[in-house]
Amino acid sequence: MSFDNAYESLLGHEDAHWAFGTGFSEALSGVNREFPTGVDRDALAAYCLMVGDDALILSQRLSEWCSRAPELEEDIALANIALDLLGQARMLLTRAGEVLGRDEDALAYLRDEREFRNVHLAEIDCGPGPGGDFATTIARLLVFSSWRLALFSCLRGSADPVLAAVAEKGLKELAYHRDHAAQWTVRLGDGTDESHRRMQAGLERVWPFVDELFARHRVEAALTGVAVDPASLRSEVDGVLDAVLSAAGLTRPADRRAARVAGMAGRDGVHTEAMGFLLAEMQHLHRSLPGAVW
Amino acid sequence: MTTALEIASAVRDPELPVLTLADLGVLREVSEEDGRVVVTITPTYSGCPAIDEMGADLRRTLISAGFSEVEVRLSLSPAWTTDWISREGRSKLAAAGIAPPARVGPSAAGPVPLNLVPPSRQVACPQCGSLNTSEISRFGSTACKALRRCHACSEPFEHVKEI
Ligand SMILES: [Zn+2]
Repeated sequence: MSFDNAYESLLGHEDAHWAFGTGFSEALSGVNREFPTGVDRDALAAYCLMVGDDALILSQRLSEWCSRAPELEEDIALANIALDLLGQARMLLTRAGEVLGRDEDALAYLRDEREFRNVHLAEIDCGPGPGGDFATTIARLLVFSSWRLALFSCLRGSADPVLAAVAEKGLKELAYHRDHAAQWTVRLGDGTDESHRRMQAGLERVWPFVDELFARHRVEAALTGVAVDPASLRSEVDGVLDAVLSAAGLTRPADRRAARVAGMAGRDGVHTEAMGFLLAEMQHLHRSLPGAVW
Repeated sequence: MTTALEIASAVRDPELPVLTLADLGVLREVSEEDGRVVVTITPTYSGCPAIDEMGADLRRTLISAGFSEVEVRLSLSPAWTTDWISREGRSKLAAAGIAPPARVGPSAAGPVPLNLVPPSRQVACPQCGSLNTSEISRFGSTACKALRRCHACSEPFEHVKEI
């Protein structure tokens, strides 16, 4: 086959040829997927949904910036970050689906809001919608990627071979995401009065959702050796955030905690108002035209 | 007779067609068991959209070479690193105007270092060879490439970023 024109290879006539969307094989084909002995499989599935949904939902949010970012390079950067997170989500949802008897598409497109297990930080509107702007999006990405990087760093030692492999691979990607957010935070915080004001406002917007990231859920407690206790990540993440904020001349917002419903939050399937709108956009095509490919 | 390994090694990467999958280091293993070929590949990035295309190309090429049964497996661990790009692959990238990655070596234990400014890497311009280049964007047209510019010849160029 000639590859003089890279696009020629996309124009084949076999089902396996794709142009983003069709013919994807299962995300974990051929990967060692033995379940560790003694593990509570339902808890493992629930945990994979938590960590997978965090990535899936933030990926959807970041994709909203495509064509709307302040510069072309940033359209590409945020789309690349979204794509990395989507890849992490596909593997984790596939892992959960092995226990639940559903594939990654069914889990992404056919679950209702109460079945999603992502933290609120991933779902809230931080722009380009009315809930924020580019600086708010960077503030969220800084917090999220610093936290997820610390989490994946520990998950590399998970007794579950899939979680360990996904974490080992994702760690390098998250290091790029965190650097990207940190460099923008410094650039905006240490920039003009207006960029500084917006960056500080972005931090204030996302800060109430930080506490949830470190709250240990009973699923995590049931998976010793497989899951990571998020409370153990707090000091490392705080250290990173403080270093970035200090370099950027920004102030760490006062600790405030977003309201919960009867003590429940994203890990229990209780979401903010933004989640329904997000899912409507993410799921409507598949629900209107089941099995649609392009 | 041409072996399955030789055939699989010649299949090109869909996103960096100057490289073969072997040059890129994503082709991890090719084995023949009772006339059945088992090929193991690894994705560059978790969300690499080309991974299925790679599998389909491998399968198609091996089947047209006469192997009736071909299975493509995915391996996630150890994770792909740009250090797996072969020496020949690096020369091919440079010849195509894409700066090859520097060697990163095994990642150190302990916390992942935070970079508050883009790391000052000495990346030579593939057009004129000058080391006076800087990063425009860490994220380029594909997940594995960054965009840089050369201050000597003023040309922009792509750089396979270290991972
Ligand atoms: Zn030059």
